[in-house]
Amino acid sequence: MKPKLNASNAVAALMCVALILLPVYSAATGNIFILTLFTRIVIFALAAASLNLIMGYGGMMSFGHAAYLGIGGYAVGILAAEGIGSGFIQWPVALVVSALFALLIGSLSLRTRGVYFIMITLAFAQMAYYVASALSRYGGDDGLTVYKRSDFAGLINLSDRNQFYYLCLACLFGGLYLIWRIVNSRFGLVVQGVRSNEQRMQAIGFHANRYRLVCFVIAGTICGLAGALLANNTDFVSPAVMYWTRSGDLMVMVILGGMGSLFGPVIGAIVYLLLEELLSQFTEFSGLILGPVLLLIVLFARGGIMGLLGRMRRA
Amino acid sequence: MPDPLPIPLLRVDNLVRRYGGITATDNLSMEVVPGELHAIIGPNGAGKTTLISQLTGQVMPNSGTIRFAGRDVTSLPSYKRSRLGLARSFQITSLLKDFSAIDNVALAAQAHDGHSFRFWGNARKEPRLREAARAALERVGLGKRADIVVSQLSHGEQRELELAVALATRPQLLLLDEPMAGLGVTESARMVALLKELRKEVTIVLVEHDMEAVFALADRITVLVYGRVIACDVPNAIRKHEEVKRAYLGEQHAVTRHG
Repeated sequence: MKPKLNASNAVAALMCVALILLPVYSAATGNIFILTLFTRIVIFALAAASLNLIMGYGGMMSFGHAAYLGIGGYAVGILAAEGIGSGFIQWPVALVVSALFALLIGSLSLRTRGVYFIMITLAFAQMAYYVASALSRYGGDDGLTVYKRSDFAGLINLSDRNQFYYLCLACLFGGLYLIWRIVNSRFGLVVQGVRSNEQRMQAIGFHANRYRLVCFVIAGTICGLAGALLANNTDFVSPAVMYWTRSGDLMVMVILGGMGSLFGPVIGAIVYLLLEELLSQFTEFSGLILGPVLLLIVLFARGGIMGLLGRMRRA
Repeated sequence: MPDPLPIPLLRVDNLVRRYGGITATDNLSMEVVPGELHAIIGPNGAGKTTLISQLTGQVMPNSGTIRFAGRDVTSLPSYKRSRLGLARSFQITSLLKDFSAIDNVALAAQAHDGHSFRFWGNARKEPRLREAARAALERVGLGKRADIVVSQLSHGEQRELELAVALATRPQLLLLDEPMAGLGVTESARMVALLKELRKEVTIVLVEHDMEAVFALADRITVLVYGRVIACDVPNAIRKHEEVKRAYLGEQHAVTRHG
């Protein structure tokens, strides 16, 4: 597809440039806080982008996507606690375990549709939450401190603020590129076709659920990577990252930014987490403002922020 | 007139499908021989769409068997039947509404071109799929409308697109569920002309309310009433069939066409 010059693409391009230059700004102004904040935003943007793959492109409304944040995080945390500090082991384990978990819950939950699918993914994520809470060896409810960030044999130092930020950003851009390739591939067209009309896709010869399941596993794996990053970012992992409100946050980011738009989840994560941060400085009840904002978006801007920007060109 | 001897492409034996107390398909048997255009007619609620859906696997029968190309397909899911060469169009247009016309057809071609676990290359740039899709669109007269999103196409164009999608799967047997439904006079005429062309290449089962079209096109006609076959014969014999006249065609129609 030819990239078109319109408002949403311009904003996406600007956003990428700003994200790349952010550490320069941070260093110039001495504002470390903004770099810390945006490291977190970039990680959540990756998680939201992976959710967008199944929710926006695949039409699978998973309400348990935060489970992979926890699984990726615990893979890093538990291995670190057991004395395996190498990222070359920790991260592949995080990805593989996330993929297996996605395969398990996907193969069960994809038999259902609609509200049942939402509920069953939610239930599985809550199960993961309670299992993590019960891991007394690894902190149980209180969570697990990661005393040493993943070690990549001196190739990259995750404790260096700038290096870690750029690593997260590279993961985000890499993830987005992967998703972009996927959605335009044969596989991606099938998944989007199934979202649009499953019966039709079966009638022309596609085994719809097989494609949906593979898509579900890819998304879970990408989110597991975000989980590994998150554990390194906070030096800590706890059951709370898997709680259903976290899954809800990810859904909100996707819907706010624009479902089925490549950069939608990124702008959604930026706006959502910035708003949360700003509002929390003024009021304890940030939800009182965030809630209605989301309601307005859902009611009046079906395609989220990216959808609004896309329409500006035509107006 | 088709030779009655060839081995049937499709053979249905004692098919039964019940919905609660209603028997939508009542011990139905029929055969479709290669090369024929076999029409299925019947009053509303005769179970025509239910029959088609059982043939393509969207609905499973309670009992009976369906054999296609010498193979028992009774319990095969629809995607597998499609791969064997059984294609359908839907009575109520059922397309990928947010995709372009050519994407709809290219996906049908893709479904019959190996598996689709290919994650990297841009599928919209694969000449093989695009050319097959373009050819199918040209076939039905939608060549110039290839890049239009389905929801922007007229109803008639959507009916034609349904046909192009089915064609792109390169079927042995095409099941058409009321392709003329909701079409205007000129659109209907175009569709009839199109079906006249298609029947030269592919065996067709046609469910249709438009009697003029049915009698113009069909080699044989099966008449369904309450899920049962009350007659199966060539058009001229059907016109004269007493039970059919009573049940369905109406005296006047039968008389004027008696000719």
